[in-house]
Amino acid sequence: MFEILRKELNGFLNSLIAYIVISVFLTGIGLLMWVFPETSVLEYGYADMETLFALGPYVFMFLIPAITMRMFAEEKKAGTIELLLTKPLTDWQIILGKYFSGFLLVLFALIPTLVYYYTIYQLGNPVGNVDTAGVVGSYIGLALLGGVFTSIGVFSSLITTNQIVSFIIAVFLCFIFYTGFESLASINVWGAASLFLEQLGIVYHYRAMSKGLLDTRNLIYFLSLISVMLMFTKFILGSRRW
Amino acid sequence: MSIQVQQLTKIFGEQKAINNISFEVGKGEILGFLGPNGAGKSTTMKITTCFLPPSSGSVKVCGLDVTEEPLLIKSKVGYLPENNPLYLEMYVREYLAFIGNVHGLKGKTLQSRIDEMIALCGLTREQNKKIEMLSKGYRQRVGLAQALIHDPEVLILDEPTTGLDPNQIVEIRALIKKISKDKTVIFSTHIMQEVQALCDRVVVIDRGEIVANDKIEQLKSKQVEVATVLVEFEENIGVEGLLSIEGVISADHITENKIKIKATTESDIRPKIFAFASKHNFTLLGLQQEEVTMENVFQELTKNKNV
Repeated sequence: MFEILRKELNGFLNSLIAYIVISVFLTGIGLLMWVFPETSVLEYGYADMETLFALGPYVFMFLIPAITMRMFAEEKKAGTIELLLTKPLTDWQIILGKYFSGFLLVLFALIPTLVYYYTIYQLGNPVGNVDTAGVVGSYIGLALLGGVFTSIGVFSSLITTNQIVSFIIAVFLCFIFYTGFESLASINVWGAASLFLEQLGIVYHYRAMSKGLLDTRNLIYFLSLISVMLMFTKFILGSRRW
Repeated sequence: MSIQVQQLTKIFGEQKAINNISFEVGKGEILGFLGPNGAGKSTTMKITTCFLPPSSGSVKVCGLDVTEEPLLIKSKVGYLPENNPLYLEMYVREYLAFIGNVHGLKGKTLQSRIDEMIALCGLTREQNKKIEMLSKGYRQRVGLAQALIHDPEVLILDEPTTGLDPNQIVEIRALIKKISKDKTVIFSTHIMQEVQALCDRVVVIDRGEIVANDKIEQLKSKQVEVATVLVEFEENIGVEGLLSIEGVISADHITENKIKIKATTESDIRPKIFAFASKHNFTLLGLQQEEVTMENVFQELTKNKNV
Protein backbone atom coordinates (compact mmCIF):
# COMPACT_ATOMS: atom_id res chain seq x y z
CA MET A 1 0.00 0.00 0.00
CA PHE A 2 2.75 2.46 0.92
CA GLU A 3 4.48 2.00 -2.44
CA ILE A 4 1.32 3.10 -4.22
CA LEU A 5 0.72 5.88 -1.71
CA ARG A 6 4.21 7.21 -2.25
CA LYS A 7 3.96 6.94 -6.02
CA GLU A 8 0.66 8.83 -6.09
CA LEU A 9 1.91 11.55 -3.75
CA ASN A 10 5.06 11.95 -5.85
CA GLY A 11 2.81 12.19 -8.86
CA PHE A 12 0.82 15.00 -7.25
CA LEU A 13 3.94 16.87 -6.24
CA ASN A 14 5.76 16.42 -9.55
CA SER A 15 2.83 17.38 -11.73
CA LEU A 16 1.90 20.59 -9.87
CA ILE A 17 -1.53 19.16 -9.07
CA ALA A 18 -0.80 19.34 -5.36
CA TYR A 19 0.33 22.96 -5.46
CA ILE A 20 -2.57 24.04 -7.61
CA VAL A 21 -5.15 22.27 -5.47
CA ILE A 22 -3.77 23.61 -2.21
CA SER A 23 -3.30 27.15 -3.46
CA VAL A 24 -6.72 27.32 -5.10
CA PHE A 25 -8.34 26.03 -1.94
CA LEU A 26 -6.50 28.45 0.31
CA THR A 27 -6.96 31.44 -1.99
CA GLY A 28 -10.65 30.72 -2.43
CA ILE A 29 -11.33 30.15 1.24
CA GLY A 30 -9.09 33.08 2.22
CA LEU A 31 -10.96 35.46 -0.06
CA LEU A 32 -14.32 34.27 1.16
CA MET A 33 -13.32 34.48 4.78
CA TRP A 34 -11.42 37.75 4.92
CA VAL A 35 -12.04 39.80 1.80
CA PHE A 36 -15.45 39.37 0.16
CA PRO A 37 -17.78 41.53 2.24
CA GLU A 38 -20.81 39.20 2.07
CA THR A 39 -18.99 36.39 3.79
CA SER A 40 -16.11 38.12 5.55
CA VAL A 41 -15.64 37.48 9.25
CA LEU A 42 -14.45 41.06 9.67
CA GLU A 43 -17.75 42.46 8.38
CA TYR A 44 -19.79 39.85 10.12
CA GLY A 45 -18.59 40.78 13.56
CA TYR A 46 -18.82 37.40 15.29
CA ALA A 47 -15.66 35.52 16.19
CA ASP A 48 -16.41 32.20 14.55
CA MET A 49 -15.27 30.22 11.51
CA GLU A 50 -18.68 29.56 10.06
CA THR A 51 -17.56 30.77 6.61
CA LEU A 52 -14.84 28.15 6.33
CA PHE A 53 -17.04 25.31 7.50
CA ALA A 54 -20.12 26.31 5.51
CA LEU A 55 -18.32 27.00 2.22
CA GLY A 56 -15.43 24.55 2.56
CA PRO A 57 -17.60 21.57 1.53
CA TYR A 58 -18.59 23.31 -1.69
CA VAL A 59 -14.97 24.07 -2.55
CA PHE A 60 -14.10 20.44 -1.77
CA MET A 61 -16.96 19.30 -3.97
CA PHE A 62 -15.05 20.57 -7.00
CA LEU A 63 -11.45 20.25 -5.87
CA ILE A 64 -11.48 16.68 -4.63
CA PRO A 65 -12.96 15.18 -7.81
CA ALA A 66 -10.27 17.13 -9.66
CA ILE A 67 -7.62 15.38 -7.56
CA THR A 68 -9.10 11.92 -7.86
CA MET A 69 -10.37 11.93 -11.44
CA ARG A 70 -7.12 10.68 -12.92
CA MET A 71 -6.36 8.00 -10.35
CA PHE A 72 -7.79 4.97 -12.13
CA ALA A 73 -9.08 6.58 -15.32
CA GLU A 74 -5.58 7.47 -16.46
CA GLU A 75 -4.13 4.08 -15.53
CA LYS A 76 -6.86 2.38 -17.49
CA LYS A 77 -6.39 4.59 -20.50
CA ALA A 78 -2.61 4.27 -20.56
CA GLY A 79 -2.75 0.53 -19.87
CA THR A 80 -0.57 0.87 -16.77
CA ILE A 81 -3.37 -0.72 -14.76
CA GLU A 82 -2.28 -4.01 -16.31
CA LEU A 83 1.19 -3.35 -14.99
CA LEU A 84 -0.11 -2.70 -11.47
CA LEU A 85 -2.45 -5.65 -11.43
CA THR A 86 0.28 -8.08 -12.48
CA LYS A 87 2.55 -6.98 -9.64
CA PRO A 88 2.38 -8.71 -6.28
CA LEU A 89 -0.19 -6.27 -4.87
CA THR A 90 -3.69 -7.00 -3.66
CA ASP A 91 -6.60 -4.96 -4.95
CA TRP A 92 -7.00 -3.41 -1.51
CA GLN A 93 -3.39 -2.27 -1.44
CA ILE A 94 -3.88 -0.46 -4.74
CA ILE A 95 -7.20 1.10 -3.77
CA LEU A 96 -6.14 2.17 -0.28
CA GLY A 97 -2.82 3.51 -1.55
CA LYS A 98 -4.64 5.71 -4.00
CA TYR A 99 -7.35 6.65 -1.52
CA PHE A 100 -4.98 7.75 1.23
CA SER A 101 -2.82 9.72 -1.17
CA GLY A 102 -5.87 11.79 -2.10
CA PHE A 103 -6.99 12.08 1.51
CA LEU A 104 -3.54 13.23 2.63
CA LEU A 105 -3.58 15.94 -0.01
CA VAL A 106 -6.95 17.12 1.32
CA LEU A 107 -5.53 17.24 4.84
CA PHE A 108 -2.50 19.19 3.60
CA ALA A 109 -4.89 21.74 2.14
CA LEU A 110 -6.79 21.95 5.41
CA ILE A 111 -3.85 22.31 7.79
CA PRO A 112 -2.87 25.90 6.84
CA THR A 113 -6.39 27.09 7.71
CA LEU A 114 -5.49 26.48 11.36
CA VAL A 115 -3.92 29.93 11.08
CA TYR A 116 -7.44 31.30 10.73
CA TYR A 117 -8.34 29.82 14.07
CA TYR A 118 -5.40 31.56 15.67
CA THR A 119 -6.34 34.87 14.02
CA ILE A 120 -9.93 34.69 15.17
CA TYR A 121 -8.80 33.63 18.62
CA GLN A 122 -6.74 36.84 18.80
CA LEU A 123 -9.48 39.02 17.27
CA GLY A 124 -12.10 37.86 19.75
CA ASN A 125 -13.26 40.32 22.36
CA PRO A 126 -12.14 39.40 24.96
CA VAL A 127 -9.22 37.50 23.33
CA GLY A 128 -9.98 33.79 23.08
CA ASN A 129 -13.71 34.20 22.89
CA VAL A 130 -14.17 31.41 20.35
CA ASP A 131 -16.24 28.25 20.53
CA THR A 132 -13.16 26.00 20.47
CA ALA A 133 -15.12 22.79 20.88
CA GLY A 134 -17.28 23.74 17.89
CA VAL A 135 -14.20 24.48 15.82
CA VAL A 136 -12.57 21.12 16.69
CA GLY A 137 -15.79 19.27 15.87
CA SER A 138 -16.13 21.15 12.60
CA TYR A 139 -12.54 20.41 11.62
CA ILE A 140 -13.03 16.72 12.25
CA GLY A 141 -16.31 16.91 10.32
CA LEU A 142 -14.67 18.71 7.39
CA ALA A 143 -11.78 16.21 7.31
CA LEU A 144 -14.22 13.28 7.32
CA LEU A 145 -16.27 14.97 4.64
CA GLY A 146 -13.06 15.27 2.62
CA GLY A 147 -12.57 11.55 3.23
CA VAL A 148 -16.04 10.75 1.91
CA PHE A 149 -15.57 12.93 -1.17
CA THR A 150 -12.20 11.28 -1.84
CA SER A 151 -13.74 7.81 -1.69
CA ILE A 152 -16.50 8.94 -4.06
CA GLY A 153 -13.82 10.36 -6.35
CA VAL A 154 -11.75 7.15 -6.36
CA PHE A 155 -14.86 5.15 -7.14
CA SER A 156 -15.88 7.46 -10.00
CA SER A 157 -12.40 7.30 -11.41
CA LEU A 158 -12.59 3.52 -11.70
CA ILE A 159 -15.87 3.30 -13.57
CA THR A 160 -14.65 5.18 -16.64
CA THR A 161 -11.53 5.73 -18.71
CA ASN A 162 -12.42 9.34 -19.34
CA GLN A 163 -11.22 11.80 -16.72
CA ILE A 164 -13.87 14.40 -17.49
CA VAL A 165 -16.66 11.87 -17.14
CA SER A 166 -15.09 10.74 -13.89
CA PHE A 167 -14.95 14.33 -12.64
CA ILE A 168 -18.59 15.03 -13.48
CA ILE A 169 -19.84 11.81 -11.90
CA ALA A 170 -17.84 12.51 -8.77
CA VAL A 171 -19.11 16.10 -8.42
CA PHE A 172 -22.65 14.89 -8.93
CA LEU A 173 -22.37 12.11 -6.36
CA CYS A 174 -20.70 14.44 -3.85
CA PHE A 175 -23.53 16.91 -4.31
CA ILE A 176 -26.22 14.23 -3.91
CA PHE A 177 -24.61 12.90 -0.76
CA TYR A 178 -23.87 16.31 0.71
CA THR A 179 -27.17 18.19 0.34
CA GLY A 180 -29.18 16.15 -2.12
CA PHE A 181 -30.72 13.84 0.45
CA GLU A 182 -31.67 16.70 2.71
CA SER A 183 -33.28 18.61 -0.11
CA LEU A 184 -35.17 15.49 -1.20
CA ALA A 185 -36.35 14.96 2.35
CA SER A 186 -37.84 18.45 2.40
CA ILE A 187 -40.34 17.48 -0.29
CA ASN A 188 -43.58 16.96 1.54
CA VAL A 189 -44.37 13.41 0.45
CA TRP A 190 -42.25 11.21 2.64
CA GLY A 191 -44.06 11.41 5.93
CA ALA A 192 -42.16 9.61 8.63
CA ALA A 193 -39.45 8.50 6.21
CA SER A 194 -38.20 12.02 5.68
CA LEU A 195 -36.03 12.00 8.82
CA PHE A 196 -34.43 8.77 7.68
CA LEU A 197 -33.80 10.27 4.25
CA GLU A 198 -32.28 13.37 5.80
CA GLN A 199 -29.99 11.21 7.90
CA LEU A 200 -28.65 9.53 4.77
CA GLY A 201 -27.16 12.85 3.69
CA ILE A 202 -23.84 14.17 4.89
CA VAL A 203 -25.02 17.61 5.91
CA TYR A 204 -27.17 16.31 8.77
CA HIS A 205 -24.18 14.67 10.44
CA TYR A 206 -21.78 17.42 9.52
CA ARG A 207 -23.98 20.02 11.16
CA ALA A 208 -24.26 17.91 14.30
CA MET A 209 -20.48 17.70 14.54
CA SER A 210 -20.03 21.44 14.06
CA LYS A 211 -21.83 21.96 17.35
CA GLY A 212 -18.79 20.45 19.00
CA LEU A 213 -20.59 17.25 19.82
CA LEU A 214 -18.64 14.18 18.75
CA ASP A 215 -21.41 11.63 18.65
CA THR A 216 -20.23 8.14 17.68
CA ARG A 217 -23.29 7.79 15.43
CA ASN A 218 -21.99 10.60 13.24
CA LEU A 219 -18.47 9.18 13.18
CA ILE A 220 -19.86 5.76 12.28
CA TYR A 221 -21.92 7.34 9.50
CA PHE A 222 -18.85 8.93 7.90
CA LEU A 223 -16.67 5.87 8.27
CA SER A 224 -19.36 3.59 6.88
CA LEU A 225 -19.91 5.83 3.89
CA ILE A 226 -16.18 5.77 3.14
CA SER A 227 -16.05 1.99 3.59
CA VAL A 228 -19.06 1.42 1.37
CA MET A 229 -17.64 3.56 -1.43
CA LEU A 230 -14.28 1.79 -1.19
CA MET A 231 -15.99 -1.59 -1.18
CA PHE A 232 -17.83 -0.66 -4.37
CA THR A 233 -14.47 0.32 -5.79
CA LYS A 234 -12.98 -3.04 -4.80
CA PHE A 235 -15.99 -4.80 -6.26
CA ILE A 236 -15.56 -3.09 -9.61
CA LEU A 237 -11.80 -3.57 -9.68
CA GLY A 238 -12.37 -7.25 -8.92
CA SER A 239 -15.02 -7.58 -11.60
CA ARG A 240 -12.37 -8.28 -14.24
CA ARG A 241 -12.17 -11.71 -12.67
CA TRP A 242 -15.56 -12.77 -13.86
CA MET B 1 7.98 -27.61 -15.70
CA SER B 2 7.88 -23.87 -15.26
CA ILE B 3 4.58 -23.31 -16.98
CA GLN B 4 1.83 -25.84 -17.54
CA VAL B 5 -1.26 -24.87 -19.46
CA GLN B 6 -3.95 -27.51 -19.46
CA GLN B 7 -7.16 -27.44 -21.48
CA LEU B 8 -7.31 -23.70 -21.10
CA THR B 9 -10.40 -21.97 -22.45
CA LYS B 10 -11.24 -18.30 -22.24
CA ILE B 11 -14.58 -16.94 -23.31
CA PHE B 12 -15.36 -13.25 -23.70
CA GLY B 13 -19.11 -12.94 -23.87
CA GLU B 14 -20.05 -15.00 -26.86
CA GLN B 15 -16.60 -15.30 -28.31
CA LYS B 16 -14.14 -18.04 -27.54
CA ALA B 17 -10.77 -16.31 -27.44
CA ILE B 18 -8.92 -19.48 -26.50
CA ASN B 19 -10.31 -22.91 -27.10
CA ASN B 20 -9.00 -25.79 -25.04
CA ILE B 21 -5.26 -25.30 -25.45
CA SER B 22 -2.55 -27.19 -23.61
CA PHE B 23 1.21 -26.77 -23.65
CA GLU B 24 4.16 -26.81 -21.32
CA VAL B 25 7.33 -24.81 -21.00
CA GLY B 26 10.35 -26.36 -19.32
CA LYS B 27 12.75 -24.56 -17.04
CA GLY B 28 15.26 -22.46 -18.91
CA GLU B 29 13.46 -22.79 -22.21
CA ILE B 30 12.68 -19.94 -24.60
CA LEU B 31 9.28 -20.48 -26.12
CA GLY B 32 8.07 -18.49 -29.09
CA PHE B 33 4.39 -17.88 -29.07
CA LEU B 34 3.32 -17.33 -32.60
CA GLY B 35 0.09 -16.46 -34.29
CA PRO B 36 -1.72 -13.92 -36.40
CA ASN B 37 -3.26 -10.88 -34.74
CA GLY B 38 -6.25 -11.80 -32.62
CA ALA B 39 -5.25 -15.44 -32.30
CA GLY B 40 -5.31 -15.42 -28.51
CA LYS B 41 -1.63 -14.88 -27.72
CA SER B 42 -2.11 -11.90 -25.45
CA THR B 43 -5.09 -13.46 -23.74
CA THR B 44 -3.06 -16.56 -22.89
CA MET B 45 -0.31 -14.38 -21.50
CA LYS B 46 -2.72 -12.30 -19.47
CA ILE B 47 -4.08 -15.44 -17.90
CA THR B 48 -0.57 -16.70 -17.16
CA THR B 49 0.25 -13.42 -15.39
CA CYS B 50 -2.96 -13.57 -13.34
CA PHE B 51 -4.44 -10.48 -14.97
CA LEU B 52 -7.41 -12.39 -16.34
CA PRO B 53 -8.90 -15.57 -14.92
CA PRO B 54 -9.35 -18.66 -17.10
CA SER B 55 -12.92 -19.62 -18.05
CA SER B 56 -12.00 -23.25 -17.66
CA GLY B 57 -8.89 -25.37 -17.54
CA SER B 58 -5.84 -24.61 -15.47
CA VAL B 59 -2.58 -22.72 -15.72
CA LYS B 60 0.27 -23.50 -13.40
CA VAL B 61 3.33 -21.30 -13.06
CA CYS B 62 6.24 -22.74 -11.06
CA GLY B 63 3.82 -25.39 -9.83
CA LEU B 64 1.33 -22.81 -8.50
CA ASP B 65 -2.17 -22.44 -9.85
CA VAL B 66 -3.10 -18.96 -11.13
CA THR B 67 -6.47 -18.97 -9.44
CA GLU B 68 -5.11 -20.07 -6.06
CA GLU B 69 -1.81 -18.28 -5.57
CA PRO B 70 -1.88 -15.16 -7.75
CA LEU B 71 0.28 -13.04 -5.43
CA LEU B 72 3.03 -15.64 -5.21
CA ILE B 73 3.00 -16.14 -8.98
CA LYS B 74 3.11 -12.41 -9.61
CA SER B 75 6.24 -12.16 -7.50
CA LYS B 76 7.95 -14.87 -9.57
CA VAL B 77 6.95 -13.58 -12.98
CA GLY B 78 8.34 -10.65 -14.92
CA TYR B 79 5.83 -9.33 -17.41
CA LEU B 80 6.11 -6.88 -20.26
CA PRO B 81 2.56 -6.19 -21.44
CA GLU B 82 1.68 -5.48 -25.04
CA ASN B 83 2.40 -1.88 -26.09
CA ASN B 84 4.61 -1.52 -23.02
CA PRO B 85 2.58 0.75 -20.73
CA LEU B 86 4.75 3.09 -18.66
CA TYR B 87 4.27 6.01 -16.31
CA LEU B 88 5.54 8.61 -18.73
CA GLU B 89 5.79 11.37 -16.16
CA MET B 90 8.25 9.37 -14.05
CA TYR B 91 12.01 9.37 -14.29
CA VAL B 92 13.70 6.14 -15.34
CA ARG B 93 15.32 5.50 -11.95
CA GLU B 94 12.21 6.60 -10.09
CA TYR B 95 10.11 4.20 -12.11
CA LEU B 96 12.44 1.26 -11.55
CA ALA B 97 12.58 2.11 -7.83
CA PHE B 98 8.79 2.10 -7.68
CA ILE B 99 8.52 -1.30 -9.35
CA GLY B 100 11.34 -2.60 -7.15
CA ASN B 101 9.50 -1.32 -4.07
CA VAL B 102 6.35 -3.08 -5.14
CA HIS B 103 8.37 -6.28 -5.30
CA GLY B 104 9.65 -5.67 -1.80
CA LEU B 105 13.17 -4.53 -2.68
CA LYS B 106 14.52 -1.82 -0.42
CA GLY B 107 17.55 0.33 0.33
CA LYS B 108 20.92 -0.85 -0.92
CA THR B 109 19.65 -4.02 -2.56
CA LEU B 110 17.17 -1.95 -4.55
CA GLN B 111 19.79 0.59 -5.64
CA SER B 112 22.21 -2.11 -6.72
CA ARG B 113 19.45 -3.94 -8.62
CA ILE B 114 18.52 -0.70 -10.40
CA ASP B 115 22.16 -0.10 -11.33
CA GLU B 116 22.43 -3.66 -12.60
CA MET B 117 19.28 -3.38 -14.71
CA ILE B 118 20.35 -0.05 -16.14
CA ALA B 119 23.70 -1.49 -17.17
CA LEU B 120 22.14 -4.69 -18.51
CA CYS B 121 19.51 -2.93 -20.57
CA GLY B 122 21.87 -0.28 -21.89
CA LEU B 123 20.14 2.63 -20.22
CA THR B 124 23.20 4.22 -18.65
CA ARG B 125 22.99 7.40 -20.69
CA GLU B 126 19.23 7.71 -20.26
CA GLN B 127 18.95 6.84 -16.59
CA ASN B 128 18.27 10.38 -15.39
CA LYS B 129 15.72 11.26 -18.04
CA LYS B 130 11.99 11.31 -17.86
CA ILE B 131 10.43 8.30 -19.57
CA GLU B 132 8.37 10.54 -21.86
CA MET B 133 11.64 11.94 -23.26
CA LEU B 134 12.84 8.51 -24.39
CA SER B 135 12.51 7.05 -27.86
CA LYS B 136 10.45 3.95 -28.39
CA GLY B 137 13.46 1.63 -28.32
CA TYR B 138 14.64 2.99 -24.99
CA ARG B 139 11.15 2.85 -23.54
CA GLN B 140 11.12 -0.82 -24.50
CA ARG B 141 14.35 -1.28 -22.57
CA VAL B 142 12.80 0.42 -19.56
CA GLY B 143 9.90 -2.01 -19.90
CA LEU B 144 12.31 -4.93 -19.93
CA ALA B 145 14.30 -3.55 -16.99
CA GLN B 146 11.04 -3.25 -15.09
CA ALA B 147 10.12 -6.85 -15.86
CA LEU B 148 13.54 -8.04 -14.69
CA ILE B 149 14.14 -5.95 -11.58
CA HIS B 150 13.13 -8.65 -9.11
CA ASP B 151 15.08 -11.38 -10.91
CA PRO B 152 12.00 -13.38 -11.88
CA GLU B 153 12.04 -17.10 -12.62
CA VAL B 154 9.68 -16.69 -15.53
CA LEU B 155 9.69 -13.89 -18.06
CA ILE B 156 6.62 -13.20 -20.18
CA LEU B 157 7.04 -10.73 -23.01
CA ASP B 158 4.08 -9.74 -25.13
CA GLU B 159 5.29 -8.57 -28.54
CA PRO B 160 8.46 -6.96 -27.22
CA THR B 161 9.68 -5.77 -30.61
CA THR B 162 6.52 -4.37 -32.17
CA GLY B 163 6.91 -0.90 -33.62
CA LEU B 164 10.69 -0.74 -33.36
CA ASP B 165 13.03 0.02 -36.23
CA PRO B 166 15.24 -2.81 -37.56
CA ASN B 167 18.28 -1.78 -35.53
CA GLN B 168 16.29 -1.56 -32.36
CA ILE B 169 14.71 -4.92 -33.06
CA VAL B 170 18.14 -6.51 -33.32
CA GLU B 171 19.25 -4.83 -30.11
CA ILE B 172 16.18 -5.85 -28.15
CA ARG B 173 16.51 -9.39 -29.45
CA ALA B 174 20.12 -9.55 -28.35
CA LEU B 175 19.05 -8.26 -24.98
CA ILE B 176 16.36 -10.90 -24.63
CA LYS B 177 18.87 -13.57 -25.60
CA LYS B 178 21.29 -12.25 -22.98
CA ILE B 179 18.83 -12.15 -20.11
CA SER B 180 17.17 -15.42 -20.92
CA LYS B 181 20.13 -17.59 -20.06
CA ASP B 182 18.85 -18.82 -16.75
CA LYS B 183 15.19 -18.00 -17.05
CA THR B 184 12.12 -19.46 -18.60
CA VAL B 185 10.90 -17.12 -21.29
CA ILE B 186 7.67 -17.01 -23.23
CA PHE B 187 7.48 -14.37 -25.83
CA SER B 188 4.86 -13.65 -28.42
CA THR B 189 5.30 -12.19 -31.83
CA HIS B 190 3.97 -12.30 -35.33
CA ILE B 191 7.40 -11.71 -36.80
CA MET B 192 8.82 -15.00 -37.96
CA GLN B 193 12.52 -14.21 -38.10
CA GLU B 194 12.32 -13.38 -34.46
CA VAL B 195 11.31 -16.89 -33.60
CA GLN B 196 14.15 -18.30 -35.66
CA ALA B 197 16.60 -15.95 -34.00
CA LEU B 198 15.57 -16.58 -30.43
CA CYS B 199 13.50 -19.58 -29.65
CA ASP B 200 14.10 -23.19 -28.82
CA ARG B 201 10.55 -24.16 -29.46
CA VAL B 202 7.46 -22.65 -31.04
CA VAL B 203 3.80 -22.84 -30.23
CA VAL B 204 1.69 -21.63 -33.11
CA ILE B 205 -1.79 -20.58 -32.22
CA ASP B 206 -4.57 -19.62 -34.60
CA ARG B 207 -8.11 -18.61 -33.73
CA GLY B 208 -7.69 -19.78 -30.18
CA GLU B 209 -6.34 -23.20 -31.05
CA ILE B 210 -2.86 -24.62 -31.10
CA VAL B 211 -1.93 -25.62 -34.63
CA ALA B 212 1.68 -26.55 -33.94
CA ASN B 213 3.94 -27.10 -30.96
CA ASP B 214 7.41 -28.16 -31.99
CA LYS B 215 11.08 -27.40 -32.39
CA ILE B 216 11.68 -25.00 -35.24
CA GLU B 217 13.57 -27.43 -37.46
CA GLN B 218 10.98 -30.14 -37.10
CA LEU B 219 8.24 -27.70 -37.77
CA LYS B 220 9.85 -26.69 -41.03
CA SER B 221 10.34 -30.20 -42.31
CA LYS B 222 6.94 -31.37 -41.17
CA GLN B 223 4.84 -28.65 -42.52
CA VAL B 224 6.22 -27.84 -45.90
CA GLU B 225 5.18 -30.45 -48.40
CA VAL B 226 5.96 -28.41 -51.44
CA ALA B 227 9.45 -27.47 -52.54
CA THR B 228 9.88 -24.45 -54.72
CA VAL B 229 12.69 -24.48 -57.27
CA LEU B 230 13.72 -21.64 -59.49
CA VAL B 231 15.26 -22.66 -62.82
CA GLU B 232 16.75 -20.50 -65.52
CA PHE B 233 17.40 -21.71 -69.05
CA GLU B 234 19.26 -19.92 -71.78
CA GLU B 235 16.56 -20.96 -74.19
CA ASN B 236 12.99 -19.87 -74.00
CA ILE B 237 11.10 -23.09 -73.38
CA GLY B 238 7.54 -23.97 -72.64
CA VAL B 239 6.37 -25.42 -69.36
CA GLU B 240 4.75 -28.55 -70.81
CA GLY B 241 8.00 -30.49 -70.87
CA LEU B 242 8.74 -29.62 -67.29
CA LEU B 243 5.30 -30.63 -66.11
CA SER B 244 5.94 -34.12 -67.44
CA ILE B 245 8.76 -34.63 -64.96
CA GLU B 246 7.70 -36.90 -62.18
CA GLY B 247 6.89 -35.01 -58.97
CA VAL B 248 6.32 -31.59 -60.51
CA ILE B 249 3.06 -30.04 -59.40
CA SER B 250 3.19 -26.77 -61.26
CA ALA B 251 5.53 -24.73 -63.40
CA ASP B 252 5.09 -21.08 -64.21
CA HIS B 253 7.13 -18.55 -66.12
CA ILE B 254 8.37 -15.71 -64.01
CA THR B 255 10.25 -14.06 -66.85
CA GLU B 256 10.84 -15.50 -70.31
CA ASN B 257 13.68 -17.69 -69.22
CA LYS B 258 13.01 -18.15 -65.56
CA ILE B 259 10.55 -20.72 -64.39
CA LYS B 260 9.25 -21.38 -60.94
CA ILE B 261 8.60 -25.03 -60.28
CA LYS B 262 6.68 -26.45 -57.39
CA ALA B 263 7.27 -30.08 -56.61
CA THR B 264 6.57 -32.64 -53.94
CA THR B 265 9.21 -33.12 -51.30
CA GLU B 266 9.25 -36.90 -51.52
CA SER B 267 12.46 -36.79 -53.49
CA ASP B 268 14.72 -33.97 -54.58
CA ILE B 269 13.47 -32.59 -57.86
CA ARG B 270 16.70 -30.90 -58.89
CA PRO B 271 18.57 -33.88 -60.39
CA LYS B 272 15.50 -34.63 -62.49
CA ILE B 273 15.42 -31.12 -63.83
CA PHE B 274 19.09 -31.36 -64.66
CA ALA B 275 18.52 -34.66 -66.44
CA PHE B 276 15.61 -33.15 -68.32
CA ALA B 277 17.76 -30.23 -69.46
CA SER B 278 20.63 -32.37 -70.67
CA LYS B 279 18.29 -34.78 -72.43
CA HIS B 280 16.74 -31.96 -74.45
CA ASN B 281 20.03 -30.09 -74.87
CA PHE B 282 18.87 -27.02 -72.96
CA THR B 283 21.46 -24.88 -71.26
CA LEU B 284 20.74 -24.69 -67.60
CA LEU B 285 21.85 -21.34 -66.17
CA GLY B 286 20.45 -21.56 -62.72
CA LEU B 287 18.85 -24.08 -60.42
CA GLN B 288 18.00 -22.96 -56.98
CA GLN B 289 15.77 -24.39 -54.31
CA GLU B 290 14.09 -21.78 -52.13
CA GLU B 291 14.88 -22.00 -48.43
CA VAL B 292 11.92 -22.91 -46.31
CA THR B 293 11.33 -19.93 -44.05
CA MET B 294 9.22 -19.60 -41.00
CA GLU B 295 6.94 -17.37 -43.02
CA ASN B 296 6.06 -20.30 -45.24
CA VAL B 297 5.48 -22.51 -42.26
CA PHE B 298 3.36 -19.88 -40.60
CA GLN B 299 1.25 -19.37 -43.68
CA GLU B 300 0.87 -23.09 -44.17
CA LEU B 301 -0.26 -23.56 -40.62
CA THR B 302 -2.68 -20.70 -40.36
CA LYS B 303 -4.13 -20.51 -43.84
CA ASN B 304 -6.29 -23.62 -43.76
CA LYS B 305 -8.77 -22.18 -41.37
CA ASN B 306 -9.01 -18.84 -43.04
CA VAL B 307 -10.69 -20.34 -46.07
